[in-house]
Amino acid sequence: MEMITMVAKYKTSVKEPGIPGVLKMMEDRFVFAPNDPRLSMKLNVDFRQIKGHKFSKDGSKQALLNLTQDPEKGGGYIFEFNNFPDRNACRDFVGKVLGRFQTAEKPPASQQSEQLSTKELERRMKLLTEDSELQNLHKQLVASGILMDSEFWAARKSLLDNDNYGAPKQRAGFKSAMLADVKPLADGRTNKVTFSLTAETIHQIFAEKPAVHRAFLTYVPTKMSEKDFWTKYCRAEYLHKTKNSVAAAAEAAEDEELAIFLKHDDILADEIRRKIQRVDPTLDMEADLGDDYMHRPDHGILRDGSKETVEGDNEFSRRTLSQDLNRHGSVVLEGRTLDVELGDTRTVAEALARSKQGLSTENSDENVHMEKSERVCRMTEIEDLQAPRSFPVAPLCIKDPREYFDSQQANALKTLGDNGTGMKPMDCNLSAEEAWIYLIGQISQVKVRGFNHPVVQSEAALKVLNGLNQNLSSTKYQFGKNSQESVLDRLPRKIKDDLLNHWSTIQELLRHFWSSYPITTEHLSKKVGRLKDAMTEIYVKLQEIKESVQGDFRHQVSLLVQPMVQALDAAFAYHDNEQQKRVSKGGVKPNGFVL
Amino acid sequence: MKFQIEDVTVYFPYDHIYPEQYQYMLELKRALDARGHCLLEMPTGTGKTAALLSLITSYSLAHPSNPLKLLYCTRTVHEMEKTLAELRRLLPYLPPQTRLLALGLSSRKNLCVNPAALSSPSRDSVDSACRRLTASWVRSLAAERPPGAIETCSFFEAFDQAASGGPDAVMLPPGVYTLQDLRAIGREKGWCPYFLARQLIRYANVVVYSYQYLLDPKVAGVISREMQRECVVVFDEAHNIDNVCIEALSVSVRKQTLDGATRNLNRISQEIDRFKATDAGKLRAEYNRLVEGLAQRGNLPMTDSWLANPALPDDILKEAVPGNIRKAEHFLSVLRRLVQYLKGRLQTEHVETEVPVAFVSSVNSHAGIDQKMLKFCYDRLHSLMLTLEITDTDDFLHIQTICDFATLVGTYTRGFSIIIEPYDERMPHIPDPVLQLSCHDASLAIKPVFDRFQSVVITSGTLSPIDLYPRLLNFNPVISRSFTMSLTRDCICPMVLTRGSDQLPVSTKFDMRSDPGVVRNYGRLLLEMVAAIPDGIVCFFVSYSYMDGIVNSWNEMGILQDVMQHKLVFIETQDVVETTLALDNYRKACDCGRGAVFFSVARGKVAEGIDFDRHYGRLVIMFGVPFQYTLSRILLARLEYLRDTFQIKEGDFLTFDALRQAAQCVGRVIRSKADYGMMIFADKRYSRHDKRSKLPGWILSHLRDAHLNLSTDMALHIAREFLRRMAQPYDKTGGTGKKTLLSQEDLENMTDATLEMF
Repeated sequence: MEMITMVAKYKTSVKEPGIPGVLKMMEDRFVFAPNDPRLSMKLNVDFRQIKGHKFSKDGSKQALLNLTQDPEKGGGYIFEFNNFPDRNACRDFVGKVLGRFQTAEKPPASQQSEQLSTKELERRMKLLTEDSELQNLHKQLVASGILMDSEFWAARKSLLDNDNYGAPKQRAGFKSAMLADVKPLADGRTNKVTFSLTAETIHQIFAEKPAVHRAFLTYVPTKMSEKDFWTKYCRAEYLHKTKNSVAAAAEAAEDEELAIFLKHDDILADEIRRKIQRVDPTLDMEADLGDDYMHRPDHGILRDGSKETVEGDNEFSRRTLSQDLNRHGSVVLEGRTLDVELGDTRTVAEALARSKQGLSTENSDENVHMEKSERVCRMTEIEDLQAPRSFPVAPLCIKDPREYFDSQQANALKTLGDNGTGMKPMDCNLSAEEAWIYLIGQISQVKVRGFNHPVVQSEAALKVLNGLNQNLSSTKYQFGKNSQESVLDRLPRKIKDDLLNHWSTIQELLRHFWSSYPITTEHLSKKVGRLKDAMTEIYVKLQEIKESVQGDFRHQVSLLVQPMVQALDAAFAYHDNEQQKRVSKGGVKPNGFVL
Repeated sequence: MKFQIEDVTVYFPYDHIYPEQYQYMLELKRALDARGHCLLEMPTGTGKTAALLSLITSYSLAHPSNPLKLLYCTRTVHEMEKTLAELRRLLPYLPPQTRLLALGLSSRKNLCVNPAALSSPSRDSVDSACRRLTASWVRSLAAERPPGAIETCSFFEAFDQAASGGPDAVMLPPGVYTLQDLRAIGREKGWCPYFLARQLIRYANVVVYSYQYLLDPKVAGVISREMQRECVVVFDEAHNIDNVCIEALSVSVRKQTLDGATRNLNRISQEIDRFKATDAGKLRAEYNRLVEGLAQRGNLPMTDSWLANPALPDDILKEAVPGNIRKAEHFLSVLRRLVQYLKGRLQTEHVETEVPVAFVSSVNSHAGIDQKMLKFCYDRLHSLMLTLEITDTDDFLHIQTICDFATLVGTYTRGFSIIIEPYDERMPHIPDPVLQLSCHDASLAIKPVFDRFQSVVITSGTLSPIDLYPRLLNFNPVISRSFTMSLTRDCICPMVLTRGSDQLPVSTKFDMRSDPGVVRNYGRLLLEMVAAIPDGIVCFFVSYSYMDGIVNSWNEMGILQDVMQHKLVFIETQDVVETTLALDNYRKACDCGRGAVFFSVARGKVAEGIDFDRHYGRLVIMFGVPFQYTLSRILLARLEYLRDTFQIKEGDFLTFDALRQAAQCVGRVIRSKADYGMMIFADKRYSRHDKRSKLPGWILSHLRDAHLNLSTDMALHIAREFLRRMAQPYDKTGGTGKKTLLSQEDLENMTDATLEMF
């Protein structure tokens, strides 16, 4: 429960000197106790009685706060504070409390503001946080009051659909990078090396090295602190990295905890034994070993260079990089099964242990066998000799499409830049003459055959073509032959962002605008009014952008802005037209039509 | 579909057929008609196995009076599974009354279901654990004692019980049985799957097993003894068959072997003393049996037989064992002298090379053991161990090795050499003396197969140059043909990359391979490719040590981290279990769309038999030329032998061998004509004509002149173009020109004349 306590003077009117005392504000009421206990001027008022609050400006003579009971009559409880910050703190508090009361008291007014369950709200919040673009739009339109929240969401029903929601959410897996392979940093002056472990790294270490995980669960914090544990771990890693097996063995002999990190991982070995039972039989090379009469000891050719002598494996035999890589790959593929936030090492370790227990209950052997043989059958088929099979498809889920595609494009551009020779020259190796001949050929063909199905009217097509041509030629003039770059990329970042932003806003507004017609209710006509205002605002902004841009870009920007402006113009024209119609119709209102 | 090839109705398990499959079947059918051997090279990705199985099965259905049995040999167990899966696909297309029984056969390790025996770690220990429970003397002892006193195998007992009712009692219904199916049946019925399979192979129409069951005389004697002449033997993926043959007849003896053998001999001598005291009759009975000759040996109970004599010509079996090793003590002392002699030979400080004849005469003069005694060592030991009722044969591997060696040395006078090396060439500071008996002549091991069976088919994707194989294996094929691939579109794209991104040459030549510039250029190549190519990429390196080195360098340079930004990395290691899991994960990564790179070794186990078809491999990079380790004495001796006997030049053979490995590695990316893949040969030496020309025709025909001398950036450009082209829709049947996909109708309309066009 929040509470605020301030020194203040209570007055009944502004001019009065006031009674010094202490003002205590709680969530539901405020209490004023005068300093002089003899005075009976004690206040204990419920906030529900307060209908509003006024305050003097910062920097004016007195720091006042007036809690009014009835806005019409005036009067109320006036407090003077020693300074403005104190006053402001109280003001904010009051504002908050009053706001809460108001929303709570507000009756379920219009039919649009449906009663939302908290779950529904949460879902919307989640969608907003997941999609930055949506969030932007929401902020712009709903927060500024152009659209109501419900209207905004009504257009996005599909996003809220239960189906969609129920589908497994995309979960981020492990990074492909080998984090567990911590590299020591030497500072160069002393012999000290530094390892830095992050929460993510630790999680990966636990997942990839079950022995370390087990050791952590048993030793920390009963036997040693977490810091000691990781110091030991890093020490072992360092020994392993320096490939000093003698030193490692010596250290391990002295320190049994350290030895754990250097020994073979027995849990891993168990896991491997279990997994090999379930491996695809067409890959099972272990079975060959069991069938191999050739490679029994001392048979076959021993020293022809193809077989290399394996180092004797003692207890501390080195983990090789290959093993680490393979292990890492398999852990990444298993995926992250944890739902806890990374952070506290202990909870991560425990959650991992839990998820592992869950895994150990596996399906029966019979099923596995069936599945395996089916799979083998499928693998042996020669696909183009028979009719294609249809496989179930999983829907592609990209969390943030804009980011994804932008980064893809950026990558492509970057690699192009890297090798110098890109694809560009390939695209325009037709000489002008060849192109002309080709086109002529095509055209004459069309002349002979004609279009079978004119998709668009030829005049419209010509218009678009002309428009595009103009655009292209001017763009080409501007940028030369570099077709990979888009116009937007050349613009200053701010303008580019603004333009994109406006574009999405306009789209949203227009969608709402057009869907509001025909206007059947008062609510709709109000909405249209609001929408129109918002569009006018944006219209102005677009003009401003157009004018703010310098020289070269001006033309480009105006080209970009043009379609937006056109779309808006069409909307305005329609709106005015409708308005006029309505006015001319005057009082004759067909049923349901409201002005 | 169903169609006619000459007089045979062929049942084919698909709606369409490639013209080369049809051609392949035609040639195969002619070879079967001629009852001769044949050699067929057909590119990977043209459905070789399906064509083979379909034709041979149909052929034997068409000749019901003299049904052919198919012995299908694969290199590995997982290929066995694949073959059986293809056969299973064929089943529903055969006429309904067909009774086809097909099964895979492997060792006890892969078939046993007895938990007690199965818990043993290695194949040998499973074998001997099985023998401990099922040997005839153990079982007779168990029958005498109260139940439970002596442990036996319930699965075998149940099977034996059932089998005593005649072979029909244990016959399985017609069908295709993989190892897994056999195990499941074994568990269900309580029968031992291994002995069930051994029993069934006599009656099965198709038996799929490993090469060794035919080539390795030690195994072949037991497993394949009963096979009739009316068999078609197929060696699939046979490009390495010469190596398998020479490995089957090579033995090496090390110091540990000799020490172990000494311990074994002491144990045997104790056993003999024990038997003399308690059961002298048995030893006497053995002596009498040996006087009559080894032929007696044939009728051992199935469970007692173990690896039989190495490649003894038939007539030897009828000969009597020489008198001076018939008595157990005498034989024992012969073995002691032999071990002693070998110990002396190992204490040399120089490399020594000898031919068997010289070695045998030296043994004779120093240890007093003549050639005939040597020749009978293996069998005599076998007999002795049976008499002494030794069950834990896995403890006696060392003395078996010595006897194996002795028998080989005593049997063959040519095609072998004995090389004694005091230390490994690459680690001269560590003394590790070894005496190697290495076989140079691949024809020795395969000769009995050619002699015994009416048709032997040797086939692979890579048998170039095809005229070399008949020379290496010393046989006369009635048909030897190399097929090209008719492609609907250019779905393979081989390239030779000679320079890195900085335009400096790249190679794994000995003087260049450790150059950091080359390492970096190779790394850059991989990095560019993982960024541009979707799904799976496979990289092959020339050896494990080279791969370890370069991966570590990439890790230090940060290249590996950059690669992992794009794809997960998996590596083949010398540990098969780890490699298997890595492969499994690699496939998962390709399936789920994450994409992965697999690092592997040419001549390794992965290169031998794992397919990287479809999205499992869109690109193969062969880093370097996988030459053999040329300083190896064994290789040098073999080269010398090849030159003297077959007039094959050393350089030619080495190049041939390296290029067939390389071709084999890259050939794994294509599975069908709908599939596509790229192959990069990253070494400047591939651009030389003498190297390149040894590649199989189907690769060469797609290797454009413009792709012979590329640098990394050019290769990347080509790769991008290629992928874009492959993404376009196309007409699967090949459109108006040459047909690349035939339907039943097409086949019926076709006359022989038009077929010859393909």
